[in-house]
Amino acid sequence: MGKAVCEIAVEIKNMHGLHMRPAMQFVDIANQFACDISVSNGEKVVDGKSIMQIALLAATHGTKLKIKAEGDDAQKAINALQELVESRRFIDPDSYV
Amino acid sequence: MYSNWVNIAMEIKKGIAVSPGISIARSMIIDSEDYRIPRREIKPSQRLVETQRIRNAFNDAIEELTRLGAQQDLAESGKIRDIFAVHLRLLRDRSLRKKITDLIHSELVTAEYAVSKVLREFAAHFSSVKDTYISERADDIYDIERRLLRQLLGKKREEVKGLSEEVAVIARELSPTQTAGFNKQFVKGIATDAGGRTSHTAIVARSLGIPAVVALEDLTEIVRGGDTVIIDGNRGIVIVNPDEETTLQYEKYSSEFLELEHKLDAIRAKPAVTRDGTRIAVFGNIEFPDEAEVVLQKGGEGIGLYRTEFLYLSSPTEPTEEQHYEAYAATVRFLRNRPVVIRTFDLGADKQTQSKRFAPEPNPFLGLRSIRFCLQNLMMFKTQLHAILRASLLGHVKIMFPLITNHQELMQAKMILRDVMEDLDDESIPYNRNIEVGIMIETPSAALTASTLARDTAFFSIGTNDLIQYTLAVDRGNELVSTLYSATDPAVIRLIRMVIQDANKAQIDVSVCGEMASEPDYIMMLLGLGIRTISITPPMIPEIKQIIRSVTIEDCNNVARKVLSMNSERHISSFLRSAARKILPEAF
Repeated sequence: MGKAVCEIAVEIKNMHGLHMRPAMQFVDIANQFACDISVSNGEKVVDGKSIMQIALLAATHGTKLKIKAEGDDAQKAINALQELVESRRFIDPDSYV
Repeated sequence: MYSNWVNIAMEIKKGIAVSPGISIARSMIIDSEDYRIPRREIKPSQRLVETQRIRNAFNDAIEELTRLGAQQDLAESGKIRDIFAVHLRLLRDRSLRKKITDLIHSELVTAEYAVSKVLREFAAHFSSVKDTYISERADDIYDIERRLLRQLLGKKREEVKGLSEEVAVIARELSPTQTAGFNKQFVKGIATDAGGRTSHTAIVARSLGIPAVVALEDLTEIVRGGDTVIIDGNRGIVIVNPDEETTLQYEKYSSEFLELEHKLDAIRAKPAVTRDGTRIAVFGNIEFPDEAEVVLQKGGEGIGLYRTEFLYLSSPTEPTEEQHYEAYAATVRFLRNRPVVIRTFDLGADKQTQSKRFAPEPNPFLGLRSIRFCLQNLMMFKTQLHAILRASLLGHVKIMFPLITNHQELMQAKMILRDVMEDLDDESIPYNRNIEVGIMIETPSAALTASTLARDTAFFSIGTNDLIQYTLAVDRGNELVSTLYSATDPAVIRLIRMVIQDANKAQIDVSVCGEMASEPDYIMMLLGLGIRTISITPPMIPEIKQIIRSVTIEDCNNVARKVLSMNSERHISSFLRSAARKILPEAF
């Protein structure tokens, strides 16, 4: 039985890009899922669960990324990450800022 | 077969000998998180140990950070909490940890090096990103690196305290926190990349009586933990992975050295008199109060140079007047009525305080050091003079100002001394009003104006180390030019002769307290030039005394006359060597 594979293209829309704090939010969500998650900026593909690697993508405002998930809960993971990156733009629901 | 030998090729490094003796022991390397960690290889069998150290370091760092994070007030700005959170995520990042342990396995390197290498690569990557918001994250990575290294190295330091076998400690430089737990029973030798004769490492080694060599440049990059290392604290040589022949030679040399020391100790009670009856005063140079005992043990007649910098260098805060007084009083009482020449602070240049309270200077040896520093830090200077004067009634105390370069500086220093005397009068504290005040002659300007300086000073003491460096414009710590540093350069010898002649004309005492007087090769020439008082490193007292007792002043005069007619440093040094060898062959 083949694994579920989901892929989506997103654009970084928050002003300061994918710096440490957003990277942290990203991997925190990614790590809630069992599936493997990778992120690509067209040049390199990194582990979506590693904060170091996500931060190293140096994705600034306007960067387009491809998120790929492989595993049973792949679709759920993709949905959650898309929500974080594009809908919420890394703003915490409970944040004051 | 031969390829095995390539890895453990013998390597010989030359540095500066700062504490005498010979040790042959297994090396233990202590890195510091303040410096770049050199690449160092491990044996394949060591891999599991190193990866376990990585695991522990990460776990302990996470624990430490969690504790620190919990202490943060919740009302604290979100930024600080975010930083803690990010650092925790980085420490928990499996791919980061894997990269480090993979490096240990594939390249067989130490945990410290792997941590440093991997994290610095990441940091460099961040720095190269144009977006400042992201490039500044490099700081977070450096922070993580230091946190992990502190964990790794902290445990290593604990190991030094709990040693149960003999080792030679190898480090870039040793700080007071690192040497605090040193146990003489197990630490048999010390060798460092950096440092000088007066660095903390040197001071500690001498006070513990451990052979030590410093200024070995890149020793920590050559040695691997567990390698056999010979530390020759007599000649300033370190040999890594000595071959069998060298080891045997050194074992022999080491026992001969001990035997000679033993033999020389027998003459300690005999006076330093030449065969034709000229009495030479032989004093000891000390760093710490407890070294005074060694001076007397070795047959010294007093303290010709009491360096006081230790008060500053061994304490995190500025020493109080009471701390000064205790240190001086202990030494002076111990010496009874034998002379104790206390040199005022010679700080600056290579002698900085640990807290680095001095701003770095582009050319420290020509900068704010020694008496200049004291004259600009009057509170500190007066505190010291106050304590010396208080101790002056306990015995035979003299004051000596270092690095005087002109007459005005001498007058300024003496004026401040008078101010302090007035303060003592006001406080009704008794002191020796007629205390002798002398100066060190350590610069060409002081040597050339010795006749003027002699009018206002009770004695001269020639500090040959600085005099050589300033006369020849050579930093002997700099290996590119260190061969030009020589006590037998005609320029140096002529300056010394000039100082002695001017002192004799003015009828004031003149002595040599630099290393030149501790060298068996040079003692005959110095006596021939007219020196009758020397102050030397205590372990050398018996040997120098032995030479003095074996010569006549006439021999010495002939040697000096011959030297003054020679124009080449090389000729002079080989002539002096052969002259000394005839006198005391076993010493060479």
